[in-house]
Amino acid sequence: MSYVYISLIEPTGNHDLEGLIGEIQKVFRSETRIIKSKIDISSAYDPVRFQYDASALLLRLLEDQPPDVRAILGITEADLFVSIFEFLFGMAQLNGAGAILSTYRLKNELYGLRPDPILFAERLNKEALHELGHTFGLVHCFNPQCVMNPSTYVEQIDAKSKDLCRQCRTSLLPSFP
Amino acid sequence: MQAQDISVLIVDDELSVRDSLYRWFKSYGCRVETAQDAYEAMNKYKGQNWDIVLLDIKMPGMDGVELQKRLKEMNENTIRIMITAYASVDTAVQALKEGAYDYISKPINPAQLDHIIRNAIEKRRLISEAASLRQKIEDLSLPEEIIGESQGIRKILEMVAEVAKTDATVMIRGESGTGKELIARAIHANSKRRYFPIITINCGAYPEGLLESEIFGHEKGAFTGAQFTRRGKLELADKGTLFFDEIGNISMKMQMDLLRVIETKHFSRLGGEKLVTTDFRVVSATNQDLEQDVKRGKFREDLYYRLNVFTLVIPPLRERATDIPILVDYFLDKFAKTMNKPVEGFSPEALDLLIRYPWPGNVRELRNIIERAMVVVKGKRIEVSDLSLPFDHEGYSLSASSLEEAERLHIQRILNRTEWNISQAASLLGIERVTLYSKIKKYGLQK
Repeated sequence: MSYVYISLIEPTGNHDLEGLIGEIQKVFRSETRIIKSKIDISSAYDPVRFQYDASALLLRLLEDQPPDVRAILGITEADLFVSIFEFLFGMAQLNGAGAILSTYRLKNELYGLRPDPILFAERLNKEALHELGHTFGLVHCFNPQCVMNPSTYVEQIDAKSKDLCRQCRTSLLPSFP
Repeated sequence: MQAQDISVLIVDDELSVRDSLYRWFKSYGCRVETAQDAYEAMNKYKGQNWDIVLLDIKMPGMDGVELQKRLKEMNENTIRIMITAYASVDTAVQALKEGAYDYISKPINPAQLDHIIRNAIEKRRLISEAASLRQKIEDLSLPEEIIGESQGIRKILEMVAEVAKTDATVMIRGESGTGKELIARAIHANSKRRYFPIITINCGAYPEGLLESEIFGHEKGAFTGAQFTRRGKLELADKGTLFFDEIGNISMKMQMDLLRVIETKHFSRLGGEKLVTTDFRVVSATNQDLEQDVKRGKFREDLYYRLNVFTLVIPPLRERATDIPILVDYFLDKFAKTMNKPVEGFSPEALDLLIRYPWPGNVRELRNIIERAMVVVKGKRIEVSDLSLPFDHEGYSLSASSLEEAERLHIQRILNRTEWNISQAASLLGIERVTLYSKIKKYGLQK
């Protein structure tokens, strides 16, 4: 049996992941295990950009993956970038095992707004399901309600639902035994 | 339309940039390829339809600006986006001037790239929609086939093909029923204006005041009964073709107004002051002797020359008698299908009569005669008795009279037969009522 692993990479903060675990079970028909990562993110730090290289962290995550992994999602509070992009909410291997997600830009505080833990948890869940969707072979979807709709602003994350549209659910079927 | 239908070529000398962008577009499901320099890019570009090309401006060898120009020459439809780490307004402006769609600087805001993909999808959708609409318009705008294999008709068709490519003003001359409107439609359907309307104005069909309103439109309250603003045919023909049928029938005042609007392409609606601009091609037709009308001062010389840039003279049917059997077969087949009657042909006598008849009403008269014959025919062949030709039954023949005399006699007989019911007679003759009136006047016919 293989599992979806959620690997918490310091700095990570305290997250209630119960809801996410339930959604992963429902959407990807997989059991979830939560582990604490041993990755030291300082090696991925770019002192010019004051950000962390997502590609380097993803490689490290895959190096330490457990043998029974179906997909592994690293979650960190660090602000991520990749090469020429300004920032990333997350990135994933399409049809692969690894995905990484930053909570840095999901918080209201970053935009000068009051903290909203419920909204933050919703954003985290949606983006986690989105990145895991890529590892299960799903590509971006232009259905505005679908969780696979690409988001480049938090407002776009808020606008979509946490569910897959019917077409993406159908595309996912061959992934299941 | 989905992102999966979009193809992307990424051209950048830095491996990490190529990889990041590759992964980014792959996550949308796009078909993606990469190239590390201009040479590789051009090779991959050839023979494939790319929706988006991202090009780094700063590359060893040929730079992105030059490459963009080359790619544009190869396929103009691709969305070409310049990427640079050396953002400067000058470079951006230069690239945009050279035809690039947009410009993004490193580090790239993910929202910008997302926007580009959405635009590309929309553009692809619009291109395919436009192509399908064009096809539909082409199908709908194809005029009824111009039938004939005679030298006269072949020459006309060659001239139509030539003049349709230009925007020249065309005057179509020919007797009633020779197919002047059909030729006008063929010119329009083969011109670059074919995706816009062809608007016909039958100048003989309106009293003067009404014709003016039809052509120029009117503002609300321009005259009693003008309760709403109405666009005239000049406006409706914008970007298309304006076909003036029976142009010889317009009044001197209308001639003056028309000349002005044809020259300036500006006009005002009746009762209005605002200048309206319109862009149309003029095709006109007449069966009158306009040169004579110019000499007599009935038709303005300047308008005559303005309309008469390219002249097409359609030969009357009697001058292309070799086309009669072809036309007869064509109309027989057409009406057999529409009326669902299994009529197979004509008796030799009926066909002989059709070939010998002078056809003063030309193809329109031939069409009407065959349509009527198809209605009354009982068997599988059309007989002489099914043809409502005055020939033989009423005792005048081709050799006995001049053409004018034949026409005069023919009209007189049709009028007598219909007891001078002008509408019915005009319909049988295949001409407009106004034309019939002018012929009655010309020949001095009386009840």
